Amino acid sequence: MRTLIATWRNISRPRNWVIAIPYVWLLAFFAIPFVIVLKISFSSMQPIQPGYAPLWQWVEETQRLVATINVDNYQALWRNNLYVSTFIYSLKVAAVSTVLCLLIGYPMAYAIARSAPTTRNLLLMLIILPFWTSFLLRVYAWVGLLKSNGVINNALLALGWIDQPLTLLYTDFAVYVGIVYSYLPFMILPLYANLEKHDFTLLEAAADLGAKPMTSFFKVTLPLSLPGIVAGCLLVFIPAVGEYVIPSLLGRTDQLMIGTVLSAQFFSARNWPVASAVAIVLLLLLLLPILLFQRYQRRELEAAKR
Amino acid sequence: MAERVVDRNHEYVRIEGVTKRFGEFVAVDNVSLSIYKGEIFCLLGGSGCGKTTLLRMLAGFEAPSAGRILIDGQDMAGIPPYERPVNMMFQSYALFPHMSVLQNVAFGLEQEGLPRAEIERRVAEMLDIVKLGEFGKRKPHQLSGGQRQRVALARALVKRPKLLLLDEPLGALDKKLREHTQFELINLQEQLGVTFVVVTHDQEEAMTLASRIGVMNKGQITQVGTPTDIYEFPNSRFVADFIGSVNMFEGQLIEDEPGHVRIRCPELESTVFVSHGISAPPDAKVTVAIRPEKIDMSRVAEEGENRAKGVVKEIAYMGDLSVYLVRLDSTRLVRVTIPNTDRHDERIVWDETVYLSWQPSSPVVLIQ
Repeated sequence: MRTLIATWRNISRPRNWVIAIPYVWLLAFFAIPFVIVLKISFSSMQPIQPGYAPLWQWVEETQRLVATINVDNYQALWRNNLYVSTFIYSLKVAAVSTVLCLLIGYPMAYAIARSAPTTRNLLLMLIILPFWTSFLLRVYAWVGLLKSNGVINNALLALGWIDQPLTLLYTDFAVYVGIVYSYLPFMILPLYANLEKHDFTLLEAAADLGAKPMTSFFKVTLPLSLPGIVAGCLLVFIPAVGEYVIPSLLGRTDQLMIGTVLSAQFFSARNWPVASAVAIVLLLLLLLPILLFQRYQRRELEAAKR
Repeated sequence: MAERVVDRNHEYVRIEGVTKRFGEFVAVDNVSLSIYKGEIFCLLGGSGCGKTTLLRMLAGFEAPSAGRILIDGQDMAGIPPYERPVNMMFQSYALFPHMSVLQNVAFGLEQEGLPRAEIERRVAEMLDIVKLGEFGKRKPHQLSGGQRQRVALARALVKRPKLLLLDEPLGALDKKLREHTQFELINLQEQLGVTFVVVTHDQEEAMTLASRIGVMNKGQITQVGTPTDIYEFPNSRFVADFIGSVNMFEGQLIEDEPGHVRIRCPELESTVFVSHGISAPPDAKVTVAIRPEKIDMSRVAEEGENRAKGVVKEIAYMGDLSVYLVRLDSTRLVRVTIPNTDRHDERIVWDETVYLSWQPSSPVVLIQ
């Protein structure tokens, strides 16, 4: 009770209203919709509006409130191979894309961090520049590049390197290209922010103590850039798992990603309860890495304070 | 402090006509220098004089634009830092923040591929020497400044280098700790027989540590000598002014004999008689430099050469000695230091008229 009063006192103070804005925002656009989706996921499909059965009903005859909790939707996900394989495929695509982003992004971030301050800003600008065009447009442009009579195939044919156009579009390869291309900046920027702060004399010290450049990198630079690697990987992995646009435009038709299934259930099949269950499971799957990330960040923060 | 004996037959580092340019800027300008085995050689100079660049060339972080560096007779051209028989203690210490004290000190030995047991033994031994035996598990950020300095020292020394380079080794320590650490460094150096090259801008640090000092200015070595040489026999106005305090008077040579010279300075009433000969053209413009502690001050007037009359304008009581600023009749201020040997002395006070005098052997005549 006492804490409640204290909380109320805090809330009633006008100067605390400023920080209330993000909380209200989160409540209105995350917490409430989440509860609604959670509710729908436990209901069953119904042909009449609103498309799903109410979770509790007042039954006149018995004068009782009857709640109907339906776990069929979750069981369906578990039992149906389609959902399981889609989830696994999505995690695989996201994991591979994250590793590719790290392998491509780390050298880029390192080069930017080591370049002269004047060129550094230009290079960072080039990393951020693609954001100025629509995401959808950029992904769509890859269709033009990858299709059978697209830019890449035509160029290779003209050079005489291939006789037949390669099947590039609607493959796993196309999805990886799309995801890596779109999410690379999210890997580079946190890595750059970390690497830029590194003390160059540490590498000189390592060299002075007899470490060859490769050893210095693996023993000094890499461990010290771990926070940047973790941040970059999560920023790529989390959105990539639920990615919808890229696999729909570039991906295989025989193997969907979970974002595509989710959208199909919501908008084509109009099976809101199952779609909601998919959304909830996806969220739980992603919650794990997010929680890990937060724990890691907190530890970093505490270490920095000391 | 006592001068240490340097074995001049055993040249360990030889710097031959080394120049380093960064674009248009000449950081090190045609420096030649020999450093002998087992000595503590101090490169002393103000910021931007090129001393750190010279040190970094010894470590292999910079390559000379011209000239050669030989360590133990071997030309160092093209040899990367990780293959040089040299270790460096960085000004910022550059301890690896993600490693414990033990891991930091062991790092260099691991690169040599030594067996685990030997690494552990040598690391423990070195941590005992620098009195950090109990701190092995700590991370650098859990240590004080003095402890970090000792970890940096241990990390460099555990490799048993023949030559240790120290970049402002005591710069980050407070005054008390600095004095204490200076003597520890000297003990350690004698105990391990390592040759030290120390870079510093602090003349006091150089005077206590060094067996020899190289004074640097604008990329060049102005004078090389023992601390006593540098202090008592500076070879230029720059060195005289840079090391300690000095009173300098412009003058003209009026008598030039092999055994003595006489100089007339417009700012002094009497002529200056110096009891040693100099090599300068007749009627040359010269500078007479007299150290503040070599001037006597009294209330009693005396006649003769090497004298001046003035009024006390400022007094700074420092405990062990007092610094007086005396204004001569020519309005020139002269700095005089007098040791406070007697507790109950009737000390000279502000605005008293005083008579200054000095021995004929005290002034240094500078031509440059």
